[in-house]
Amino acid sequence: MATYLHQARRAGLSRLDTKGSPYLYILPFFLLFGAFGLFPLLYTAYVSFNDWDLLDSGSHRWVGLANYREMLQDAYFWNALGNTLSIWVLSTVPQLLAALWIAHLLNHRLRARTALRMGVLLPNVTSIVAVTIVFTQLFGRDFGMVNWALGLVGIGPIDWQANTWSSHLAISFIVAWRWTGYNALIYLASMQAIPHHLYEAADLDGASQAQQFRRITVPMLRPTIIFTTVISTIGGLQIMAEPLLFASSQTPTGGSDRQFQTVALFMYEQGFREFRFGYASAVAWTLCLVIAIFAIINFLLTRRIAKDED
Amino acid sequence: MTTLADPVQTGTTPSPPQRRSHRRRSFGYPRKASVWSYGALLAVVAGSVFPLYWSIVVSSQTSDAVTKVPPALVPGGHLFDNIARVFDTTDFGRALVNSFIVSGSITVSVVFFSTLAGFAFAKLRFRGRKALLVVAIATSMVPHQLGIIPLYILMADLGWTGRLTAVIVPGLVTAFGVFFMTQYLGRAVPDELLEAGRVDGSSTFGLYWHIVLPAARPAAAVLGLFTFMQAWNDFFWPLVVLQDNATVQVALSALASGYTTDYTLTLTGTLLATLPILVVFMLLGRHLVDGIMQGAVKG
Repeated sequence: MATYLHQARRAGLSRLDTKGSPYLYILPFFLLFGAFGLFPLLYTAYVSFNDWDLLDSGSHRWVGLANYREMLQDAYFWNALGNTLSIWVLSTVPQLLAALWIAHLLNHRLRARTALRMGVLLPNVTSIVAVTIVFTQLFGRDFGMVNWALGLVGIGPIDWQANTWSSHLAISFIVAWRWTGYNALIYLASMQAIPHHLYEAADLDGASQAQQFRRITVPMLRPTIIFTTVISTIGGLQIMAEPLLFASSQTPTGGSDRQFQTVALFMYEQGFREFRFGYASAVAWTLCLVIAIFAIINFLLTRRIAKDED
Repeated sequence: MTTLADPVQTGTTPSPPQRRSHRRRSFGYPRKASVWSYGALLAVVAGSVFPLYWSIVVSSQTSDAVTKVPPALVPGGHLFDNIARVFDTTDFGRALVNSFIVSGSITVSVVFFSTLAGFAFAKLRFRGRKALLVVAIATSMVPHQLGIIPLYILMADLGWTGRLTAVIVPGLVTAFGVFFMTQYLGRAVPDELLEAGRVDGSSTFGLYWHIVLPAARPAAAVLGLFTFMQAWNDFFWPLVVLQDNATVQVALSALASGYTTDYTLTLTGTLLATLPILVVFMLLGRHLVDGIMQGAVKG
């Protein structure tokens, strides 16, 4: 009798184990995501409808859409949005084109293949802080190597931080430098999956290498190009550490005239310098929306363009 | 938060390393690289390595070397003086320890919990499995960086601001890790092995502990490497929440701030902060390359 009960309990426990334990195993992920990923994002929406002062120990007052209204009339916000789009385009387009070219180069029979691939990936594993500091020194007005090199070909010293165009170029270069190799490896992997007989047939037809690249390689990479474009959009529009560190004072205004302040940096300034949490949250949600819109536009656009290549 | 903060990196979905047993090499494809290709690739690699090399040059020279025209191009003999100066100027030692604590705990935890969840998603049958997996993957597209204000409010309520817990806890498991492990374990662990374990009376957790964890070792190494690097390099959230109790990246940014920056000092700090990552990359970077490339194919 006792053994029978014992067995029954064991069977029950075992059923509980097989039916219930899977949920237990995935629970940590969903708990943590809920608490530190989803909840903050939704709570941002609530905060954005309040006048929320961090210094006043989080006292807040419901103000409805006032933060959004103020933002739409804030010249600093529009300035930051323009800067963000400019830096994003300047960094993403050359970066993906260069990545395509580097992937093409790597897609050959090569000696020291692994070493070359690691060399290309190296920038991606170094930290944004380290990279931006080193490049800020290289882009220095008086003693930077970039200006020294430009001086050799007769171009006068450029104060990279001072102008809108030059600061955007420099920041975009830093971003692109860090991500080109990573994208190149993704393209390379897709290139290797293209069946060789396509190239063999093209060779027989007398197609040049350039034609083969345009007519075979690029169309076959379509899904990957869409993927990298969307991912670069989501990442590129959130840029904030590079412009923060590019100003040697590290004030989050992005230069004396806000010439390179991005939206994410503007959010940081409003939240953690002006301590206006409500207003900063409105900016955050708006940026979220902008990212979603651009990600979808780019998805549709790259799909279309790649289709036309077929 | 730490590892999820960067959706650009969480986008890939690597799968188990597969040995290329027979290399498909039909006649002449891929083409042999020309001298030009080698030249161009070497130039690209030189461009990748140069900033690192430059920080070695600057950090091994005296302070006036940064202002020399034309610039110095070979390392000097003052590296250790400059390193000593970094440790005198800021509490860089503590920042390094903090970063090791943060990155180490996040890495161990991400590998453990991701393998556990990956095991459930790949090998166990339960209601809502597919839907939950899709939700888990979709979370990696959320721009987490934009949630830092409520996250800060939350940490302030918990009394965690200025403490390493505020950086560690949000990073304990990541969507990327879960997906990575689901992909890998789906292929690496044969169902028959688990059935046999069940017949022998093993509990589900027993299966995880005795069969799945050992089988997951190669993927765990790649995921661990990836996670460690991301946690080590994380900057924005630690900057916001840790204040004086800095990690390496925060200490480094503090070193570089000010209207006149001492670049010899700053670039020495950069070198110190990059060194651990560099060591890991030299040892395991090959697997990272494979991981990124295999993820891309499966996309």
